[in-house]
Amino acid sequence: MKRKHRRLVLVLAILAAVMVSTALVLLAFRDSLVFFYGPTEAMAQQIPEGRRFRLGGLVEQGSVLRDSDGLGIRFRITDLNQQVAVNYRGSLPDLFREGQGVVAEGSWTAANLFTATTILAKHDENYMPKEVAESLKNSGKWRGAETGKAE
Amino acid sequence: MKQFTNPKTIVKWAELLQPVAGLMAAILIMVGLYYALINSPADYQQGQAVRIMYIHVPFAWLATMVYGIMAVVSAVGLIWQHPLAHLACRSAAPLGAVFTALCLVTGSIWGQPMWGTWWVWDARLTSVLVLFFIYLGYLSLVRAFDNPLKGEKLAAILVLVGSVNLPIIKFSVDWWHSLHQPASVMRLGKPTIALPMLIPLLLMVVGYMSFFVYLWLMNFRAAVMERKNYLKEINRPQME
Repeated sequence: MKRKHRRLVLVLAILAAVMVSTALVLLAFRDSLVFFYGPTEAMAQQIPEGRRFRLGGLVEQGSVLRDSDGLGIRFRITDLNQQVAVNYRGSLPDLFREGQGVVAEGSWTAANLFTATTILAKHDENYMPKEVAESLKNSGKWRGAETGKAE
Repeated sequence: MKQFTNPKTIVKWAELLQPVAGLMAAILIMVGLYYALINSPADYQQGQAVRIMYIHVPFAWLATMVYGIMAVVSAVGLIWQHPLAHLACRSAAPLGAVFTALCLVTGSIWGQPMWGTWWVWDARLTSVLVLFFIYLGYLSLVRAFDNPLKGEKLAAILVLVGSVNLPIIKFSVDWWHSLHQPASVMRLGKPTIALPMLIPLLLMVVGYMSFFVYLWLMNFRAAVMERKNYLKEINRPQME
């Protein structure tokens, strides 16, 4: 084997080793690499009350109730399989609305009741002008989050 | 093959291509900015804030693309030991680092109004921050030795090892739940971005790429001259 070929094999071998070991590490830390749990996962995990975690999903259509003082809000986060009721007091990001993706940071305060201290909006990968979005909705071809399609 | 890899030919091409890339960058970025900032529709969800996309996304693509280029030329330098490969790598590195920093800053400025936060430790944001640190690591390692050839060789190994981060950045939004949304353009199937927004985005991307090529060739030509002087210096017979 020429020296050049030996170096080629060496470089490829190092690359393969680095990739395999990185893949193993990422696989091992899979649970801590997710930014949030969906409702189904969050319920299955049996996280104790008071421990902080992030809960993500869609704001369920028709579930948003605002307190009369305008600061408190209650809604449900859904993954279209399970729903979790969420309580929150504080300011909301501009993109927060029913049908929109959302990530809430907080903890269980009762069975199936999540109290959030921070609300982040998650927007999807669709970009379009308003008129296009409206005509898609009118023609029934809308496939975005607002009809409740999971990501 | 030999005639294309001849260092003299490569330097000559670099000299020819540099002004072409500069002109392309100026035209494309000016036209792109006009469409991006003035003559393109607001987004149905994000409104006018979507315009940050036309600045942010090209920086993000460039950040990873420049690293990809550095990985390829580093492999060429290590395996075939082409005399210009490591010079091409070290002249791209500071540009990649700046693009990555600008990607992080513009992303943060976009994240605040849209997501409600400047920064989160989700997989996409964290892996891009790691990319920035790898760039910084390269820049300090390549300068850490008195003999530049030695520093370049070690730094090239760092680039290859760090290239494992590229697929992690790309697929982070698919492999793990993240706050960052999945890909809109570089995906299987049609882009999920409307044409009047896709066109200014692509104009900006190609404009940024040309701008990178312009600066890269400029750095590269300077690095080649510097290397010639250095080699002349160390090969000069010692006169006592």
